[in-house]
Amino acid sequence: MHPITLLLIFVATTIVGYLIIKTVPPLLHTPLMSGMNALSGITVLGALTAVGLTFLAATGGELLLGQILGGVAVIAATVNIVGGFGVTHRMLKMFDKKKKETKS
Amino acid sequence: MSTTLYVVICLLLSIAVLLGISFMSKVKTAVAGNLISAVSLFLGIVITLLYNDILTAWTVFIFMFIGLLIGGALASRVKMIQMPQLVALLNGLGGFASAMVGILSLMGIGIVQRDYPVFVNVTSVLAIIVGLITLMGSLVAAGKLHRILPQKPVKWKNHATLLTVSLVILAGITLYSAFAGYNSFSIALLLVISIAVSTFFGIGFAIRVGGADMPITISLLNSLSGVAGAIAGMAVNDLLLVSVGGIVGASGLLLTQVMCRAMNRRLVDILTGKTSTEPKKPVANMATVQDPTVAPDEETVIVPDEGAASELSPSPAEILSGAKSVIIVPGYGMALAQAQHLVQQLGDRLEEKGVEVRYAIHPVAGRMPGHMNVLLAEADVPYEKLFEMDAVNDDFVTTDAVLVIGANDVINPAARDATDTPIYGMPVLNVDQAKQVIICNYDLNPGYSGVENPLYTKKAGVHLLLGDAKESLTSLLQGLT
Repeated sequence: MHPITLLLIFVATTIVGYLIIKTVPPLLHTPLMSGMNALSGITVLGALTAVGLTFLAATGGELLLGQILGGVAVIAATVNIVGGFGVTHRMLKMFDKKKKETKS
Repeated sequence: MSTTLYVVICLLLSIAVLLGISFMSKVKTAVAGNLISAVSLFLGIVITLLYNDILTAWTVFIFMFIGLLIGGALASRVKMIQMPQLVALLNGLGGFASAMVGILSLMGIGIVQRDYPVFVNVTSVLAIIVGLITLMGSLVAAGKLHRILPQKPVKWKNHATLLTVSLVILAGITLYSAFAGYNSFSIALLLVISIAVSTFFGIGFAIRVGGADMPITISLLNSLSGVAGAIAGMAVNDLLLVSVGGIVGASGLLLTQVMCRAMNRRLVDILTGKTSTEPKKPVANMATVQDPTVAPDEETVIVPDEGAASELSPSPAEILSGAKSVIIVPGYGMALAQAQHLVQQLGDRLEEKGVEVRYAIHPVAGRMPGHMNVLLAEADVPYEKLFEMDAVNDDFVTTDAVLVIGANDVINPAARDATDTPIYGMPVLNVDQAKQVIICNYDLNPGYSGVENPLYTKKAGVHLLLGDAKESLTSLLQGLT
């Protein structure tokens, strides 16, 4: 894809994201942040592509580096994703639980 | 899979992520919103594996499985009180992964995209820089929040100069990467310098930020981790990575703005180390670091408010139970003392007595955005009773009693009129306008800003319960029976 296209996509999502996130009340800022945090683990896509492609195509030092650096990156990003969504879910459950209790 | 189909799916997934976020704006739908984002991300992984035709590379799954185990363990074990440092730590890992992707891309390992070599070089170097700054900054922030590192800003000799020089070097190396071409010497040079200098810069900028500026720093790092991801995505030509990274970057930026506005601070001031605690006496400053593990000295025992006692004989507990309306103001001290459950019990007890109880949450109370809300939610305080500053600030005048738990700067009336103090102009909760104020703080030391709180010396209508918030609240609870 052309660099300009990528830059445009970046700008567009930043603006749209900004507008949508503005609607989140301060009450939910911590879950929002940890949710966003989990999303930043999306970088796993780049890492796993590197691991996969080197595994299938590269040899020697390149294979080794691809597996080590890429592997560490995949692990780190996956921890980021799973941990991030996990704690966000736990926090949101706490908020939601309260709602039901007050109604009962 | 055809490229067109891949692009369409990526766009759909980006929209799904945005939808998930918009669901996060209401408590009712927030759980679903989080799940939508998580599922979109999972689908993103699947689609990337399919598109690049790497399903047979089994090592990918082993690495992801290891990450899954660690992440799952972290998410299920962590206590709510440790949330700020966990968020910081996870954030750092995201930055680290982006930096690794940048390194691989720069070395031409894995995704080889040679159509736009200049673009790839520049974005790879930038991904390394932003990723590593995110990693090191987050690690330092997590260390500070976990109390492994000093809470107060640490200032090195020539700190500002060193950081400025690092930034100039980083800018230079980015520029150089555009012309470096693709030979092993220049690549090695780019790698070494960008890794070393950005690591140094990440540590240097975060170590200078102190306790109360943490919410801003964490939001900013959050933003950076997204930006790092997006840049890494540009380097490896990954559409989804670019779009989602952009969204995360925007969210962090917005939170940073909200936090800065709430503290009346400029982001630049915090980043350049204009912290509110300019040490007047550098040596003595180290000794006054507030450390809750140190036993309280004699001035922190409960001070009977003699001046007030003559005309206001009722005890704090009597004031609370006699009040029609009470506003509870929690601060970082409540988090430190882990007193949120006692606060909730006290609130319930008061409500049983027919007192109207509300909670006033200052936007920067605590160490991350929304910190107090999470702790109170953990303690089963209904979120309908939590009020933002703007919603509740005019009601203090008509409130009989305010109970402050471990909050200091956010209730300091000096922010309104003391023009020469660092907190001047910062919006504060109008606690002083209430008829009675009960303050359960650890001691009378000024808060993070270093500005004395005139409430502490104002005798009429102010009651101080010093010491551990848990003990103060327990005695209050006993007094309420």
